[in-house]
Amino acid sequence: MKLAYYPGCSLEGSAVEYGLSTERSAHLLGIELVELDDWNCCGATSAHNTNKMLSLALPARNLAMAEKAGLDLVAPCAACYNRFRSTRHEVSHDPAMRGKIEQILDMPYEAKGEVLSILELLANKVGLEEIKQKVKNPLTGMKAACYYGCLLVRPVSHTGFDDPENPMSMDHIVEALGAQALNWAFKTECCGAALATSRPDIGNRMIHEVIKNAKEAGAECIVTACPLCMMNLDMRQAGMEKALGVKYGLPVYYVTELAAIALGDTPAEVGVPRHFVEAEKYLAVVAERAKEAALTPPPQPKKARTASAAAGGEAKEAPSAQDTEKKVNAFIKAFEKAPDKMAARIIKDPERASVLAQLVGGDEKKIAKLAEAMVADMEKAAKVGDAYVTAELRKREKESAS
Amino acid sequence: MQETIKLSHPGEQARQDLAKIEKEAGTSVNLCYQCGKCTAGCPAAFAMDYPPRQVIRLLQLNLLDEALDAGSIWVCASCETCSARCPRGVDIASLMDTLRREALQQGRLSDKKVAAFNKAFLGSVKSFGKVYEAGLMLQYNLSTGQFFKDMGLGLPMLKRGKLGMLPEKIKAREDMPKIFERAKKMGGDE
Repeated sequence: MKLAYYPGCSLEGSAVEYGLSTERSAHLLGIELVELDDWNCCGATSAHNTNKMLSLALPARNLAMAEKAGLDLVAPCAACYNRFRSTRHEVSHDPAMRGKIEQILDMPYEAKGEVLSILELLANKVGLEEIKQKVKNPLTGMKAACYYGCLLVRPVSHTGFDDPENPMSMDHIVEALGAQALNWAFKTECCGAALATSRPDIGNRMIHEVIKNAKEAGAECIVTACPLCMMNLDMRQAGMEKALGVKYGLPVYYVTELAAIALGDTPAEVGVPRHFVEAEKYLAVVAERAKEAALTPPPQPKKARTASAAAGGEAKEAPSAQDTEKKVNAFIKAFEKAPDKMAARIIKDPERASVLAQLVGGDEKKIAKLAEAMVADMEKAAKVGDAYVTAELRKREKESAS
Repeated sequence: MQETIKLSHPGEQARQDLAKIEKEAGTSVNLCYQCGKCTAGCPAAFAMDYPPRQVIRLLQLNLLDEALDAGSIWVCASCETCSARCPRGVDIASLMDTLRREALQQGRLSDKKVAAFNKAFLGSVKSFGKVYEAGLMLQYNLSTGQFFKDMGLGLPMLKRGKLGMLPEKIKAREDMPKIFERAKKMGGDE
C-alpha cells in the first residue's frame, strides 16, 4: 500500500512522537508513506473561525497536490484530517465552490482522492487480523481508555467512518494489539481544544472531566489519535492538577506509539520519553504483565473461584448463618429480577440456560433451592439446575407426544 | 438576563442580516424547537453567558446584535456535539462559526484572546506556509499582554525536541499571500 503522507505542523513540533510512531508503524505494517512535497498548514480552527474561503483553500492546496500525484492521503493529525474531509466534502458537493477554490489555488482540484485518518488506515485498510498477526509484543494487561475527541468523529457528514457517540475503531485496534479497551463515557467529549491556551479557566475543567472519567472507569492510561488532545491531556495535565488541586498522573499514548511498540519497537524508539506525564514505567508494567500471562495458561473459571475463596481468608472458610442467609436472599432477588442472567451463571449451554430461566419463573421453591445451592457450591448448583432442565425437557417431550 | 426585550417587527434589514448568517452557516434557526439538547451536551456550556439553545433563540427573535456580542460564541470549542445531536438537524456549530466570523468582521470582540490567537496563527501560515509554534505563542503572548503565559512549558518542550528554534518554511512561500488575498476577495470577509 502506497499513500501520500501529510504530517502537518504539529507532527513537526509538539507532536513529534506522533510523527515518529506513525512512520514506524507504517514501516512495520508494510505501508509506504510518501511525504507530500512542499505541503502547507491546513489552517486548522483559526482559518475556519476567520474566513470560510481561506479555511477551504489552505487544505485544498495539499489535496490538489496529492491528487496530482495520484495518491490517497493519510493525515494523522485529527484537526488536519477534519479540515481535509470538510474541504473534500464541500468541493465535491458544490461545483461553484470547486470553481472558486481552483481559482484561488490556480490549480485543478476534483476532490477525487480519499483522505484517511490513522484509525481508518489501521482498522479498515490494514485490517485488524493483519495487525494481530504482526504483533510481536502484545500489550496484555494494559487497561486503556480510547479517547477519540471531536475531530475524528464529527461532523458525521464529513468524517462518518465511525459512530459519533460510541466509536469503536480505536478500541478494536488497541484490542488487536493485546490490550484491554475499557467501556467509558467520555470517548467523544471535547478536551477543550484551544481553550486550554486562550481560556485556561475553562480548558482546565474540560481536561479534568475527561481524565477523571477515564480514571473512574478503571483506566490506567488514555490512548489518543489527536495532537491537540495529547497536548491538553498530557502536556497540560500537571497544570490542570495544580489549578484544580487534584492528582492523576495518568499516562497518555498515541495509538501509533502503542502499535509500533506491540509490533516490536522499544518505547524510546517511538518517542515515549518525550511525554510530559511519565509514560515509560507503565509500559514496563504492561510488559511484565504480558510476560506473566504468556507463562501461565489461561485460568479455568473453577480454579479462579477457589483461589479467590482462599484469598478471602477465614471469614469465607467459616461463614456465619447470618451471612449465608443474606447471600441466599440476594440470589433469590437476583433470580426474580433477571432469571436469564442467573440461569446463564449456572448453566453454560445457552439453550439449556434459557430453559432454566423459563422454568424457575415464579417458582419460589426452585429459586430458593438454586440460591442455596449457589451459596454452598457452584458445582452443586449446576447439578441442581441441570436436573431441573432435564426434567422439564422430558416433560415437554411427553406433552408434545401426547 | 431579566432585561426587557423588544419583540416588535424586526424590519427588513434585520431579516436580511439573519438570512445572510443562515445562508453561510447552511442551516435554518426556525427548525429549532428549543428542546435544549445542544446545551445539555455542550461541554463548555458551564462557562457561557448564553448557552447554545439561547443563542439560537436570540437569532429566532432577530436579536443578531445580542448574539454577536455573546461571550459564548468565543467560548464554543467547535466540538460539534450540538450539531451531531440536534433532533431537528440545526447545524448549531456552523452557526457559531459564522457568528464568530461576522463578529470579527464587524470588529465586535467580546473576547479578544481567541481572535488574537487566530490572527497570530494565520500570520504564521501566511509568512511561512506552516505554523511555527514557538513564534505563535510568543506573538500571542505579546499581543494579549500575557508575557509569562506558559513560560513553564517552553523549556521542557525545547528539551523534548518539541519546539523548533527557527520556523519551518515551505518552498512555495510566495503562493501563500496570494491564496490569502484571493480567499479574502472571494469570501468577501476577514
